Formats: sequence, structure tokens, C-alpha cells
Amino acid sequence: LAHGAGGKASGTLIDAVFVDAFRNPELERLGDAAVVGVGDARLAFTTDSYVVSPLFFPGGNIGDLAVNGTVNDLAVSGARPQHLSAGFVLEEGFPVADLRRIVDTMAAAAAAAGVQIVTGDTKVVQRGKADGCFITTAGVGLLDRTVVLDAGAARPGDVVIVSGPIGDHGVTVMLARGDLDVESDLVSDTAPLHSLCAEILDVGGDGVRVMRDATRGGVATILNEIAGASGAAVVVDEAAVPVRAEVMGAAELLGIDPLYVACEGRLVAVVAPDRADAVLAAMTRVPSGAGAAVIGRVADDPPGLVLLRTAFGGTRIVDLLVGDPLPRIC
Amino acid sequence: MTAADARRLQVRVTGIVQGVGFRPFVHALATAHGLGGFVGNDDTGVVAEIEGRADGVDAFLDALRRRPPALAVIESVTTAALTPRGERAFVIGESAVTGHRDALVSSDTAPCDDCLAELADPADRRYRYPFVNCTHCGPRFTIVRDVPYDRATTTMAGFAMCAACAAEYHDPADRRFHAQPTCCPACGPTLRLGGLGGDAALCRAAVLLGDGAVLAVKGLGGYHLAARADDEAAVARLRAGKHREEKAFAVMAAGLEAARRLVVVDDAAAAVLGSRRRPITLLRRRPGAPVAAAVAPGNRDLGVMLPYTPLHHLLAAELGEPFVLTSGNLSDEPIATDDADALARLGPLVDGFLTHDRPIHVRTEDSVVRLHRGAELPVRRARGYAPEPVPLGFPVERPVLGLGAEVKSTVCLARGRRAFLSPHLGDLTNPEALRSFRHMTGHLARLFAVEPAVLAHDLHPEYLSTKAALGWAEERDDVELVGVQHHHAHVASCLAEHGRTPDDGPVLGVAFDGTGLGTDGTIWGGELLLADLAGFERIGHLAPVPLPGGAAAVREPWRMVVAYLPDIPDLAVRERHARRWDAVASLVRSGTGSPATSSVGRLFDAVAALLGVRDTVTYEGQAAIELEQRVDVAERGAYPVEVSGGVLSGADLVRAAAEDLHAGVDIGRIAARFHRGLADATVRAVVAAAGEHGVRTAALSGGVFVNEVLLERVRAGLEAAGMEVLVPSRVPCNDGGISLGQVAVAAARDVAGSS
Ligand SMILES: [Fe+3]
Ligand SMILES: [Mg+2]
Ligand SMILES: [Zn+2]
Ligand SMILES: [Zn+2]
Repeated sequence: LAHGAGGKASGTLIDAVFVDAFRNPELERLGDAAVVGVGDARLAFTTDSYVVSPLFFPGGNIGDLAVNGTVNDLAVSGARPQHLSAGFVLEEGFPVADLRRIVDTMAAAAAAAGVQIVTGDTKVVQRGKADGCFITTAGVGLLDRTVVLDAGAARPGDVVIVSGPIGDHGVTVMLARGDLDVESDLVSDTAPLHSLCAEILDVGGDGVRVMRDATRGGVATILNEIAGASGAAVVVDEAAVPVRAEVMGAAELLGIDPLYVACEGRLVAVVAPDRADAVLAAMTRVPSGAGAAVIGRVADDPPGLVLLRTAFGGTRIVDLLVGDPLPRIC
Repeated sequence: MTAADARRLQVRVTGIVQGVGFRPFVHALATAHGLGGFVGNDDTGVVAEIEGRADGVDAFLDALRRRPPALAVIESVTTAALTPRGERAFVIGESAVTGHRDALVSSDTAPCDDCLAELADPADRRYRYPFVNCTHCGPRFTIVRDVPYDRATTTMAGFAMCAACAAEYHDPADRRFHAQPTCCPACGPTLRLGGLGGDAALCRAAVLLGDGAVLAVKGLGGYHLAARADDEAAVARLRAGKHREEKAFAVMAAGLEAARRLVVVDDAAAAVLGSRRRPITLLRRRPGAPVAAAVAPGNRDLGVMLPYTPLHHLLAAELGEPFVLTSGNLSDEPIATDDADALARLGPLVDGFLTHDRPIHVRTEDSVVRLHRGAELPVRRARGYAPEPVPLGFPVERPVLGLGAEVKSTVCLARGRRAFLSPHLGDLTNPEALRSFRHMTGHLARLFAVEPAVLAHDLHPEYLSTKAALGWAEERDDVELVGVQHHHAHVASCLAEHGRTPDDGPVLGVAFDGTGLGTDGTIWGGELLLADLAGFERIGHLAPVPLPGGAAAVREPWRMVVAYLPDIPDLAVRERHARRWDAVASLVRSGTGSPATSSVGRLFDAVAALLGVRDTVTYEGQAAIELEQRVDVAERGAYPVEVSGGVLSGADLVRAAAEDLHAGVDIGRIAARFHRGLADATVRAVVAAAGEHGVRTAALSGGVFVNEVLLERVRAGLEAAGMEVLVPSRVPCNDGGISLGQVAVAAARDVAGSS
């Protein structure tokens, strides 16, 4: 089960099974989206499956996750999202009213992101063979920029920016399960990031080295991918990381680090130092980047690691988690 | 003498025989017995050829075995007959490199009496020279870069000997013959404080400390922070600067007499304090001892050590007062060793730097011990001990590297019958500690010429040590990975240091600690194992409870009261945490983020918080340490605990403590009844299992057994029941001993697999 947590276990599973079987250069890049040529056009192409419990939560439902997630994978690849497909696996007896709510949400999310859902499929499975509703979306986007975005492109001196407060989605969903005696006004951060990405690229140009949307595994997982791929260090200033008080409170209660908590509408951008101010200013002008902040820098040492500088000047390694975090302190 | 009377032998000596004055000793011995030949170092130790009359040869060998130099540890002496050559003179040869390294680097050692006499003698050219040393004492492991142990491979390589030092160094009759770090004021390192050098720097440092300054002092294995121990303001400033909120600081006293004014020193304590290893020794503080409250808050013990370098001797004497001497770092980060790094990290905390220009190659913290029945009970094994090998009861077949745990990290490399245990490396989630960890694995492999064929690691997938093992195994096809369960490693560590072999029958291993991943995916920490070196069966444990919020529950012991007593309304601890009590209770109820744990450490946490001793901690084990300090030793009561099928009900203890608290019983008595109840239940469980499985030996390990009250009662109870009890005395029972345990388990499985 740990293989879905977005950390190292899922990385190992992907390497061991899928990359091996399907081997090709574009897959091996393991980007958010693949880049394929069709005639003269360069297209970004991606797919993702969505499972979430509960299906409905404050700020959204599985429907907007499915649209925004695929839109965002295309957008952070530098593409303009165009067309989506949607596949549904429904458990027998799933209420039609719930399905309608989900589909309406998807339509609204697609309209907001400026994409069309142009094809789809539905399967119903026996009761108990699925948990209500699973959705798979795929999407294509047009890559009409020349910029090359790659997690390995980060280099010492670059500035690391996050587009807003982290962990809202993960905590919201956890609280929505209703097990915890915690009052909260939190809502999911699910949002399309196409305008934000376009703004970053317009202003940052080829000073934009990396854009990644932080989903499962949170910002910490993205930062580790960047450090691992570039062989550089990513040094994060704990005090600079935007976290809402409610998210911090819930994370403390649960003993987890907000850096590992899932987001559904946040991205991490690594930008050359001379473009950082302009990019940050541009991001804050877009609603989905209103809470953007510089959280750290890329350094040369120690290679491949993410470090967190704590409030009192200490330093700690923020590693890629292998699975569900069990306590390590004695 | 005619050629016919003469015998010639090759003599090979292994063990700690380099850098300890062994060659001059052999030279003197051979000369005294009228023998010719030579002696030299090679990669395996010392090799000599001696020639002369048979009775002289025999007397030589006898004396060699019986009266070696003070720092030498002879492991073997082997001889082979050679054809006599008529050689009459005895000479000392240079070091030879033969490719296979078997010579042992010794640990750093406090100044010997001869060096101290020179230090105090105005007529001596090393009078008040803070780097005086000889073949019997001085820096070793911290300055050695490579083997063979020669000046060129130490951090003294940059100091060219003056003519006087060189003459001593080359004179076989001299105490400094081939003393690699030897030096004097004319040619050696110099002390510095701001613009002052040498003795002026030292005197100024003493004046500053006397006036309440906080100084950084470069020592043997790293930088320390120093302040007068009786100066409340200075110690408070040191504490604030270091961001170490509560963990006790160690105090250095000039000598035993000065130490006796601070703590109770019996004969055993005096021997440990004054040993050449000079550990910080935790002893009972004297009432009214002139020590600031901020030195060791909440603690009736005090960690004391005696000077272990000439620099410390001079400083302690000059200051005339005990002084706090604590690792130069922030919080619990690794001690600073590099001059530039120290300046950057410690600069903002201190009023000055008393430093010198001899580089430190290996970061080594001060060692810490408690005393248990007059023997050392190691808490942290580092300076003065590492890298001396722990002798194993059996030879490992293939070299094994144990990568340890995570917070109290050590690594251990074993070859033959020797397990080289690294010094304490610290918390691997700190990048400096991780760097030390990586450096140390390579350094040990180079110093002892061992390429590990087996990597032994913990089962916890998130430990950085586990990840390192997996990463290295991915890069190299020729190493084998062996996962070792954490508590099995604790027990195996105790078995290994007691020389047990894979052929010995199983023991009852009691492993009590904070957390360790069990084979069932839950968090263990109160384990009764039927174990031998190769394997174990979990035959008992503390009854599991939820660990509400995982790591958060470790940082906040009050949560363990919720785990044990979720529904008891009128508890003071509940009022203190009213705001979050219900939320934590909902974690317990739903199991969200609350793995099950059988940890005894967390049971201590629950009782400490319940009694108001400690609600949240700033360092590992704090609540348990403070609870032990509260024990009223006159109390004779013990809480009853249900033990059924090997499972101990921790809840019985927490509930009984809550009832006593409610009834107004004194906290010291509750703490005592808790300790005694837990100990008695442990003894009952072990004795029952011993009968059932026909086992007569128990091994106690895990960090909880640093608690001497618990250790003594469990040990005494088991012994009263006729059992043999193995207790750690060379290696920490906490996670600092895990790497040795991993090595022992992997090596035992190797033996089992190949036989
Ligand atoms: Fe442990
Ligand atoms: Mg995706
Ligand atoms: Zn000496
Ligand atoms: Zn000299």
C-alpha cells in the first residue's frame, strides 16, 4: 500500500515494473508529461488516475482533482492544456446523484482551465470491487514555447519558489474522514495552474529551470526529485515555507511534517537568481499564486540532498520517504 | 658465544602495538638480554628478529608477554625459527607496507605522569607546553589519516621536527622514540586567542573564563564551549546560545580532589575518572556543590571529567575552578572540528576562541559512562575508546559492516575476531553527522584494510543508515545485505561483547528502549526475546498501546497518558493539556496516525507526564531520565502488574500511579513503586520463560537500561532466581550499540549458512 504514497516506494515500483516493460526514452525521463511530436506540432501528453476517500471534501471532490491534476501536469511541462479524456470505474450502486455532482464539477473545472473533455469511458464493477468511484484522465497540451524544463536543470544559486501555502489539500481530506476531534475551516487547494505557469514562463523565460506541481508526497518529494536529478542541494528555510496555522496544527497533532502533505494546486518553481524577483512578483498577481513565496535556494553541497534550516539555525535532512512515516526517534 | 649456541627467531606481535612505544620497548628488552637483530612496524603490527643465547631469547619472550608498554594491547605473539647470522647489534627499522593491514590504531589517551611532570617543570623545554605527549600518551585516533601509523599519515605531518625533537624521536632509549605526534614549543602547534599566542593565550583564556566569559576551546576531537560551572549567568548564556534547553552539561574538574567537591567519588568512580580514557562520568551531585542550576537542571547527578589533554590540565589549573565543557555545536548537532566551520557556527555564541593549529582529522565527542556495581555502563562511546576493537567470541567469515540505527548512530566493521566500533556519530538527519557517517565507513575500511562483503542494517526503511546500505548494495553486486531487527541487534550487541558464539545456546534477551521497528510492522520497545546470535523468537512484550501521532508522541510524553488512560477525567495532566486532549484522544480512538507500540520508553513517558515530572521533551529519553532522578530509594513498595503469556500490562502501572497520585502519595514514592513494579514484572516474565525454555542466562539491553534503578533491580531479581545476567559494559546499551549487534547477527548467520 505504501507504493501509492508518492515517495520512494512508488518510485521503485515504477522503475521495476513499468519503465522496464515499456522502455523508451520519453518514458525514462519520468516527467509530469511526455513530449511527443505530431506532424509539426509538439504535444505534451499525460495521464493520471484518481482515488480519494472521501470523494467529497471541503473545497472540491474527486472531479476537480481529476481535471486539475491533468491540467497541471501539462501546464508545469510548459504546455497549454487543450483536450482531456475521462474514464470512470464505478462501484455497483454508486448514487447517480453523486456521479452527477462529480461530472458537473468536472465540467466547471474544465471550463475554468480552458480545456475540453472530448472523450470518455465508463465501467461498472460489482459491489466491493471498487471504492465508489475511480477516475482516470488523460490530456494533451500544445508545447509552443522553446523553454526546456527539467528537474535536472537546477543549479547552485537558483531560487526555489512555492506558489502558495502547502498541505491544505492533504489535511482537508484527512479531516473530512471525520475521525478526528478537530474543528477546521480548511478547504482543499485544488486549482488549475495553467495561467500561473504561463505567467511564470512569460516573465522568467529561459531563467525558469524547473516547474513541478506538488501532489502526493508534497513539496518535500518534489524537492528531492530536483536535488536527485540535478545532483545539487536544495536548502529550504523553514520559517519561509508558507503553511496555514490550521495545517500546521493538524500536522503537529498527527506528527507529520507539512512538507510531505499533499497539495493539488501548488507548484514548485526553480528560477535563475536574476529572474527570481520578477517571477515572484508575476506569480502573486495570479490568483492561484497569490501566496507565492521564496522558500530556499539551490546550493552545491551536500549533493543530492534537501536540507531544512530550522528556526534556531539548525539543519536537518528532508529525505524522500519510502512509505508511511513511522517514528524514527528513539 | 659461538654460532652453535645462537638461536634466531622471527617474532610477530599483533594488537595495539603501534604508536605505543613498542619498538623502543623491544629494543630495550633485546639490548638488556644481549640479543642482536631488529624490530619494525608493518601492516600487521610489530615484527622483530632476535638472535642470541637461548636463555636470553626465552627471557626476552617472557618479558615481552608479561610487561608490555602501558598503552599496548597484545593480541598474539607468534615466532618462527630462522638461521642465525651472527648479528650482535640491535636496531630499529622503518615502517614497511606489506599490503595487508592488520595493525591497530589506538585511542586518544590522557597525558602520562612523565609528560605531566615535564609540563610542570620550569626547567623542562616543554614547561607549560599544551601539546606535550610521548609514546605512552597523547592524540592518536583523532589525528590519524591513514596507516601505517607514521607522522606523515597524521595531522602532525605539517610540523617539521626541530633538531632536539628529532634527536629524541630517533633515540631508541628515549620515551619519545618514534612518538609520531611529538613536538615542542619550537616546532609544534601553538595556542592562540585573538592576537595572543602560547602561554599568554592560555592565561588570558583563564582570566576571561574567571570573569564569566563563554569561550570556544579547540580540544582533541572537536571544539568545546566553556564557562565557569558556578557562574549562573555565564552558563545560562551558554545554554541560550547553544539552543540546548535542558540537557545536562558536563563539568571538567582539575583533579580528583576538585571532583570530590562536586560529586560523590568512590573508589570505582575514582578509577574511571582517572583512567587514561577520561570519560564524562555521571555521579551523584553533592548537596551544595558549587555548580550553577543551569548546568544540569532536574538532575541530581552531574557529569564530571578530568583533564584529558595537557591544554585542559593547564586551563583547569590556571582557572582554579571547575568549568562547563560541552560540545561546540548548536543543540545536538555534531561537534565542530574544522576551524572555519567552528568560527562560523560558534562565533555568535562566544566571547573568544582558544584555538590551535593542529588539525583534527576524526570528529570525536567525549565519552559518557554511568557506574553500575562499580563497572562502567557506557552511555556514549567515543573519545578514549574508539577505535579499539571489541573482541568477538568467534571469527567472522566475511568482513561485515554494521550501519547502526539513526539518532545515536555508530558504525561497526568486523574482520576476524575484531569488531571496530566507530565513535558516536550523532543523529544522521543532521547533514554533518551524515557526512561523518559516510567518512567513517570509508575511514575504518582503510585503517583496518577491510572491504566489507556483508552490509548489516536495521529493518526501519526510513533510517538514513538503512537507505545508505541499500544504496551501496545497488552500486556493488559483490556485497550481501542482511536486515537485522532492532531489538535482536540490542540483545546481540550484549551477547557479542560477552564473547558469546553462534554455538552457544539461546538466552532470554530483554530489550527495552524507545522505538524500533518490529517484524510485524508495529513499533517495538519492550521485548522479551528467546535469542541467540543468529535468530530470535519474540516470546513476550509489553502490551501494545497506540502511539498517538507517532513521532509527536515521542516529543510530547503527555500524549502517552491519553494512550494509557483516555477516559480518566480528573487528572492534572489532562487539565494542563485540555486544549488538545480530545483531539489526541480521537487519534487514539480512530487509530489515525497512531501505530501500535510496546515501548517501555513510552511507558516511562506516560508515568513521567502523569506525575507532572515532564510533559514535553527537548532531548531523547528526557522524561525517563528525570523520572529516575525522582525515585525515593527508601521506598519498598512495588505496583502489581499482570503478566500473562509473556505480555506485561503497562496499563496496570499507569493506573496504579494515577490512583496514588489522586490519593496524594509523594511523587518520589510513586516513581519508586513504578520502577520496582516494572522490574519485578520483568523478572517474573523472564524467570517463567526461562523455566519453560530451559534457559539459564538473560541479556539486558536497550536504552532504557541506562536507568540504573531499573537495571539493578532487574539484575538482582534474576540473579536471586539463579540466572546468569549479561549486562553491557563495553558498548552502550542504547542505539550506539546497534551496529555491533547487527555485525554479530550477520556474522553468526554467515557461519550458520556456510556450515
Ligand atoms: Fe533502540
Ligand atoms: Mg501525474
Ligand atoms: Zn606521555
Ligand atoms: Zn621540537
